[in-house]
Amino acid sequence: MQLSEQETVASSARALTGFLTRRREQIAQRWADVPLFRSVFTVSRDEAVEACKSVVDALAVVASTGRLEDIEAPGFDTVREQLGSMSGSRSRIGLSPARIAEEVAALRPSVAELLRAEFPDPAATEATEGLLDLTILMGTLRLVTMQTALSAGEELIARQRQQLHEVATPVINLWEGIVAVPLIGTLDSARSQVVMESLLQSIVTQRARYVILDITGVPTVDSLVAQHLMKTVAAARLMGADCVVSGIRPATAQTIVQLGIDLGSVLTRASLADALAYALRHQDIDVSARASLR
Amino acid sequence: MAARDPAMTIRVPIRSDADLSWVRQQVRRRAAELAFGLVQQTKLVTAASELARNTLVYGGGGHMEITSLGHGGTDGLCLSFVDDGPGIRDVRLAMTDGYTTGDGLGLGLSGARRLVDEFTIDTEPGRGTAVTVITWAADLPVAERAVR
Ligand SMILES: Nc1ncnc2c1ncn2[C@@H]1O[C@H](COP(=O)(O)OP(=O)(O)OP(=O)(O)O)[C@@H](O)[C@H]1O
Ligand SMILES: [Mg+2]
Repeated sequence: MQLSEQETVASSARALTGFLTRRREQIAQRWADVPLFRSVFTVSRDEAVEACKSVVDALAVVASTGRLEDIEAPGFDTVREQLGSMSGSRSRIGLSPARIAEEVAALRPSVAELLRAEFPDPAATEATEGLLDLTILMGTLRLVTMQTALSAGEELIARQRQQLHEVATPVINLWEGIVAVPLIGTLDSARSQVVMESLLQSIVTQRARYVILDITGVPTVDSLVAQHLMKTVAAARLMGADCVVSGIRPATAQTIVQLGIDLGSVLTRASLADALAYALRHQDIDVSARASLR
Repeated sequence: MAARDPAMTIRVPIRSDADLSWVRQQVRRRAAELAFGLVQQTKLVTAASELARNTLVYGGGGHMEITSLGHGGTDGLCLSFVDDGPGIRDVRLAMTDGYTTGDGLGLGLSGARRLVDEFTIDTEPGRGTAVTVITWAADLPVAERAVR
């Protein structure tokens, strides 16, 4: 720490740094029993105490730079990951970000009590200034924790969206040489790419001659969706498989025609069952009800 | 003249792919509330999907305004897609089936026009684009389709 920088830091913030450093052990002992720490570091209490100490240390560093209100203060960097995993495990048990923020806020009173005890006269200027600084600093810690909680949430959503893409586009082996993809929901560019890849892959692995794209679960077929369908059909053809699109609803059919999309080159069947029957027939596979014997 | 109830106007941002599906859901819900038939719902939602994507892709983002209309006992839905992007230099060309400056089918504008009862486009190079469409709940005689 450069001296000149040190001098610009208000004396009250310097006092706060001194207090946090001196009382590190006591503060950590008090925090180690609150749910935020206790329920995360379940293996041993010592572990919770250590985690508390690193948060106290981080606060001391932030106080020493005087950037009490700055959530980007470098001091927080050392505990950001820890705070993130703590808020993450709290939210996994169902706590809302608001509840987690309350839990962080609940860390303040026990420190404030220790700080007040430092001053013989609690009404003295140093005492009120110190408490005010502490309140600001703990408010900033709350924001930092919220920030890590929210960005963890965003990551989770992005990951789930990616998983959903893959989960929602299974390629089903219906019969020897016949695979089907039941498409459900929005067929945006990212998803149709996933569909295309897993479909082409399974044409190879399943040695499929027929591919059924069922769009019963696609609510809107606009020009982009139609274009994706046509590209998929063309790619499957290049791989040596014939494509049948099934599940075009009556309202969708009328809309496609008025939109001006020409699906004339695409083989279509009303339902998945019809498409399967078509593929079976073309492989000379006969499926008929067994004549009843009695 | 159609009665516009400003209280019934809502604005939906168009900034991402996720917004496009929100636009479709909003239009479908409002059309269903006005007792549009399934075919009409599907057509209007599809037109909205086309126009909203143009707003996003060519207009660089913007918003949709959705307004319920009362018209001599018939209900209608008015959708405006507004952006302040580059605008369209030659509207007649852009409205031609198969014309695209991107890699689409070039059916968005012309197709959307066929899917709705009324269609107006207000655009100027450098000033952005506003496309407004109206569909009436019952099958009215085909309303005049103005292209400006
Ligand atoms: N909001 C807009 N701002 C600027 N240019 C636009 C806008 N909407 C359409 N255009 C222009 O008009 C052309 C035709 O649009 P249209 O929606 O008919 O076809 P497309 O978007 O190219 O393909 P498709 O919609 O079939 O996928 C576009 O390629 C684009 O150049
Ligand atoms: Mg378009």
